[in-house]
Amino acid sequence: MAIELTRDKVREVARLARLKLTDEEVETFTSQLGHVLEYVDILSEVNTDGVEPMAHAVEQFNVLRDDAVRESLPREAALANAPKTDGRYFQVPQILESS
Amino acid sequence: MNYTVVVGLEVHVQLLTASKLFCACANKFNPDNPNVQTCPVCLGLPGSLPVMNRKAFELSLKTAMALDCGIARFTKWDRKQYYYPDLPKAYQISQYDLPYSHDGHLDVKTDDGEGVRRVGIIRVHLEEDAGKNMHDESGRGQDSQVDLNRCGTPLMEIVSEPDIRTPGEARRFLEEMKLLLTYIGVSDCNMQEGSLRCDANINLHIPTDDGGHVATPIVEVKNMNSIRNVELALEYETTRQFREFQETGVKLGDPGGNKVTRGWDANRNVSFEQRGKEEASDYRYFPDPDLVPVTVTEEQLDAIRGETCELPTPRRARFQSEFGLSEYDASVIIDQGPALADYFETVAQGSDGKQAANWVTQDVLREMNERKVDIDEFAIRPDVLSSILKRVTDAEITIKSGREVFAALLADADADIPISIKRIDRIIEERGLKAVSAAGELEGIIATVIERNAQAANDFRNGKQAAIGRLIGEVMRECKGADAKAVRAMLVDELSK
Amino acid sequence: MTISGSTATELLARLESGESSSVEVTRTFLNAIDRQDETIGAFLFVNSDAALEQARAVDEKRAAGKSVGSLGGLPVAVKDVLCMRDTPTTCGSKILDGFRPPYDSTVVERLRAADAVIIGKTNMDEFAMGSSTENSAYKVTRNPWNTDHTPGGSSGGSAACVAAGMAPLSIGTDTGGSIRQPAAFCGVVGMKPTYGRVSRYGLIAYASSLDQAGPLANDVTGAAALLQAIAGHDARDSTSVNRPVPDYLCGLDQPLEGLKIGIAKEHFVAGLDPEVESTIREALGVYKSLGAEVIDVTLPHSKYAVATYYLIAASEASSNLARYDGVHYGHRAESFTNMVDMYCTTRSEGFGEEVKRRIMLGVFALSEGYSDQYYVKALQVRRLIRQDFDRAFADVDVILAPVAPTPAFKIGELVNDPLAMYLTDIYTISGNLAGIPCLSIPAGFSDAKLPIGMQLYGPAFSEDRLLRAARMFERVAGLSTLSSRLS
Repeated sequence: MAIELTRDKVREVARLARLKLTDEEVETFTSQLGHVLEYVDILSEVNTDGVEPMAHAVEQFNVLRDDAVRESLPREAALANAPKTDGRYFQVPQILESS
Repeated sequence: MNYTVVVGLEVHVQLLTASKLFCACANKFNPDNPNVQTCPVCLGLPGSLPVMNRKAFELSLKTAMALDCGIARFTKWDRKQYYYPDLPKAYQISQYDLPYSHDGHLDVKTDDGEGVRRVGIIRVHLEEDAGKNMHDESGRGQDSQVDLNRCGTPLMEIVSEPDIRTPGEARRFLEEMKLLLTYIGVSDCNMQEGSLRCDANINLHIPTDDGGHVATPIVEVKNMNSIRNVELALEYETTRQFREFQETGVKLGDPGGNKVTRGWDANRNVSFEQRGKEEASDYRYFPDPDLVPVTVTEEQLDAIRGETCELPTPRRARFQSEFGLSEYDASVIIDQGPALADYFETVAQGSDGKQAANWVTQDVLREMNERKVDIDEFAIRPDVLSSILKRVTDAEITIKSGREVFAALLADADADIPISIKRIDRIIEERGLKAVSAAGELEGIIATVIERNAQAANDFRNGKQAAIGRLIGEVMRECKGADAKAVRAMLVDELSK
Repeated sequence: MTISGSTATELLARLESGESSSVEVTRTFLNAIDRQDETIGAFLFVNSDAALEQARAVDEKRAAGKSVGSLGGLPVAVKDVLCMRDTPTTCGSKILDGFRPPYDSTVVERLRAADAVIIGKTNMDEFAMGSSTENSAYKVTRNPWNTDHTPGGSSGGSAACVAAGMAPLSIGTDTGGSIRQPAAFCGVVGMKPTYGRVSRYGLIAYASSLDQAGPLANDVTGAAALLQAIAGHDARDSTSVNRPVPDYLCGLDQPLEGLKIGIAKEHFVAGLDPEVESTIREALGVYKSLGAEVIDVTLPHSKYAVATYYLIAASEASSNLARYDGVHYGHRAESFTNMVDMYCTTRSEGFGEEVKRRIMLGVFALSEGYSDQYYVKALQVRRLIRQDFDRAFADVDVILAPVAPTPAFKIGELVNDPLAMYLTDIYTISGNLAGIPCLSIPAGFSDAKLPIGMQLYGPAFSEDRLLRAARMFERVAGLSTLSSRLS
């Protein structure tokens, strides 16, 4: 069931990951990820019928907090690490409808 | 042509919690003061972690139960991944395959006002809201601005089945939804402030000669910022889709027949195609490892049931059956919210339902509007109004006198004189408003007045109708508690002898 | 005995008796950093002024007779993956260059509450992705035992600074072995606690369901003291477990009677260096001589652990690292054509190759049409791995295993072969997948005079047992004994 990882698939994944890859990187990743996928295909030999996926390392439920307000950060602190602001807002290049 | 309109709505509702869904920042509409309601968690700072707000979950449960949904005993939180500057983690914490509720419904009136359309609710789930992006609209390509005050506030997504058949039904669905949610106190549903938002999916089923039908491409309509706009946009889309189908014949699933998104331009009253997504979205949902699942017990559900008030639809029906109200009057009262309905109910219980409805929907609402107060702040409390109305129905005073008492009490209230049932008695006494019920007494007065005004009496007998006015006026002056209509009838009787 | 060669316990005794002040102790370690770190490269940021100020404050507190926290005046180095208020926190990545968090992680907060002196932030593989600390965007860290070799990773800086005497204690984080493997490579003690034992609040996530912070120290007692300071429930972390923290120091020196040690054949497979294997066998001999019983156990799904781990970790990472997009903090590209291009350029400039590789793997594993085959399948196998341990711990108290297949490898040796690098984690990642505590302790040296560690696995929340079992061994065959054999 191992899949053939194509360059196009790697480009598609890079697009979803918001990574800009050079052609050379596409080559490298196609080959390296291909090897990794080949390796992880070992899992296909495990019978997991009826096995509940384990998304958490500890089984805990119902961790809820009370609806109480605490002080927020001052605006200066909220914006302090931002690459670009006008002192009130975070600023980003004009957003296209499709982005 | 007799095509069928098929509409499904996706409603987003902000919950009335004090704090955000996953952090302790205030959940407050505050657009003029951007980026002051944030912390490491809702800024999505590296290392920060979410902790679920109990109240938000309870309000969500309450909503789903009010919509008659099934409640999942086990629910979990998933990450929905997409990039947008108002979503600082680049994923939204939402619910994917195990939402906490499913399969409910909301009933709305059909367009003829007679039938009822049961609109299925596929699911209600809880998620976090995004912040807000402000775009430069000057066309000069200036930077967009991001305000994260709203980011991480609790949001319910309510998804209907495509059961809605007309734009009018869509409007009533939203009105009914808004009423229900404000009634049970989970949201203020303020569309201007974005606490109720709605997207609509619409297409047409057009009959074919063989008795089947073809479906037009589904359009998702966005940017409708009022319930009226939803109706207008759907009306517009209905016409537009039919015309387009006649011109192109493109069906759902044909090349060029995929689902598209159109925005509603409320200024021009048209929908416009939003630039097609250049890529298919792949949200890559997976369970959020930072949050643990939530389980729900029957006891919890019982507790919520216990604290949920009577819902609008059954209450409207009860007002009709119990108090003999017309559907219209019942709706006017119910649509004003639970406080007014409670007020009405107290008034009606001590007097007469129809009378109470008239007074509440006319006099009380008018005075509230004039004074710009809520029903809770209205000076004449329901027990007092009930007492006035009881005197009217018992014929102790006339309706007109009732109104006089009502006005006098309001004047008292404006002068800070305390209002009580005793005060009603005092006003009736002071102003001589006690109804003259003994017919003999009134007959005597009428006889005296006719005698005193022989000329007018003769004028009336000779066909001069207006002459009776003077006689009525005089009788009323003699006898304040008398009912003018009754006086008129008795005068006519007497003069016709 | 010199200050920088002392154990945390010895230093604490000196501080408490007044023999040394915290300022003195702190200055000694800062000098050691000055002298050696140019060669070793363990630190990304040395907090000299703030550290001395903190030390002075602790000294004053002590002089005034006020109660002092459990680490009163002891320097601690912290892996640069933990947020520290107004202090550069880079995660070893260019993308967080210049980032100064407006808040303290819970671990840092607890260290402060224990009156520890935080002397600096240590180097690491970028976003904790790596096993050699070669993936740091800032510098390479070298193994103090042989500077041609890596210190392991990703907590390479934390392990190397303790090994080189630049800090008596340090905090690392462990997602697939990132505390234990560098501890083994550098000849120090390192522990990954049970998942949920130490708060993750402020720990910059790599793989949220696997990450756990833990102590590194030059002896077991130091590790126990440091774990004591940072362990416990935190309401800000939904996955933190609300369960009392035992006293790890009390009874630490008491050997465990009738200790049952499990040995799994799956831990001795092809690729295991013979020197490592013989070291483990010798260690087993030491335990037997101390009265322990050795029992064979089986962990049949072990061979799937690496594949399971890389799918889960990469999937979670692809989501956790999506936030680095140049909008709210960190690096933003200078030139781009539009919003989407800004994202892509920023991320491509800001992330190193290994991080990109794992993000790509994770996005792929979660993407539509593949998620069941890869991500969900891995979660299922994860449960089978956990069940293997549950069954094994029904029969034994701890499981003894190698930490890494080999002693520290050379810098540059594996860096171009990602899969080979991934396979160095083969003996550590099961512990993260199962969420159970595991500890690495020096057990011997290779002929090339590189340390070799051994690993103890225990059931969930058995940290106290693991520490006692490790201390038993350390008392008779600890590092001082081992290194004396070296010369």
